[in-house]
Amino acid sequence: MLTQDSSLSITSLSAQERAITGIIAALLGMFMLYGVAFAHSDILHNAAHDTRHAITAPCH
Amino acid sequence: MIARVLLAAIIAGMIAGAVAGAVQIWRLSPLIQAAEVYEQQPDAKEGHATQSHDHGAVESAAQQGQHDHSHSSEVWAPEDGLERTAYTLLSTLIMGIAFALVLSAAVMFSGRNITVQNGVLWGLAGFVIFTLAPTAGLAPELPGMPAADLISRQTWWWGTVAATAGGIALIVLQGRLSLKVLGAGLIALPHLIGAPHPSTHESLVPANLAAEFAANSVAAMALFWIVLGVALGWTMTRTRNGVGA
Repeated sequence: MLTQDSSLSITSLSAQERAITGIIAALLGMFMLYGVAFAHSDILHNAAHDTRHAITAPCH
Repeated sequence: MIARVLLAAIIAGMIAGAVAGAVQIWRLSPLIQAAEVYEQQPDAKEGHATQSHDHGAVESAAQQGQHDHSHSSEVWAPEDGLERTAYTLLSTLIMGIAFALVLSAAVMFSGRNITVQNGVLWGLAGFVIFTLAPTAGLAPELPGMPAADLISRQTWWWGTVAATAGGIALIVLQGRLSLKVLGAGLIALPHLIGAPHPSTHESLVPANLAAEFAANSVAAMALFWIVLGVALGWTMTRTRNGVGA
C-alpha cells in the first residue's frame, strides 16, 4: 500500500479492502446526507433549507 | 488506504460543493425567496400551511406586531441575508462531501477505477440516480407549493435512488443480458408504482417561477455531479500516485 507509483489502483485492491473502505465511505456519506437533506429536526431543516430545495430533495 | 480514499472524497466534495454553492446562491436562492412570499399567504393550502417553515412564521409574526414574545416557541432559523447565505453555503459543502463519499463508495464496490477522463461518466451516473430519476416523479419543489406527506415522499425518493442505482449497476457492471433487462426494469419500477402526490397541485406560486426553479435546480445538480466526478477522478488518481504515502 505504500507504492509510490500509479500501480496502486482500485482494481489492484483486494475485495475485502474495497468492501471495508466502501462501507465506511457509504455510511459516512449517507449520515451526512441525511443530516443535511432529510432529518426532520426543525433546526437542521431551517439551517439547510435552501440547499434542500436546491438539491431537489423533498422538503416541508 | 481508507484515510486516503476518505481524504480524496472530502477534497473532491468541497470543490464540487463550492461550485454548487455559488450557482445556488446566484440562481436558486433568489427564486426560493421569491416563492416564500406566497408561502406566507394566510389562506395557503391547509395541511401544507401547518408544515410551512419558520422564515414565514417569524416574518409574519413580526409583521403582525405580536407582542407576546412567542420567540420561545419559535425554532431558530438563520436571519435572511448574510447569515442565511452562509448556512446555505455550509450545507452545500456538507452535501458535496456527502455525495463525494457515496460516489467513492460506489467506485470501491464496483472495483473499477475513476479517473479525470471517465469521471464525467461517474458523475452523470450520480446525477441520474440522485436527481434525474427522483425528479421525474417528484418535481423540484419551491416553498408554498403543495406536496404529499413528507415521509411518503422521502420514502419514494430513497426507493427510487436505490432502484436506479441497482439498475445502473446491473446494466453497466456485468455482461449477462437477462440481468441487464432486470436492471432496466428496476429503473422503471418506482415510476410504475408512482410518486406520492397531493390531492391538488393548485398553488399561489406563479407557474413561471416554478418552471424556472425546476430547470435551474436540475441544471445546477448536473453541473455539480459532473464537477464532482471529474474532481474525484483527479483526487483519487493523486491518491493512487502516492501523494498521501
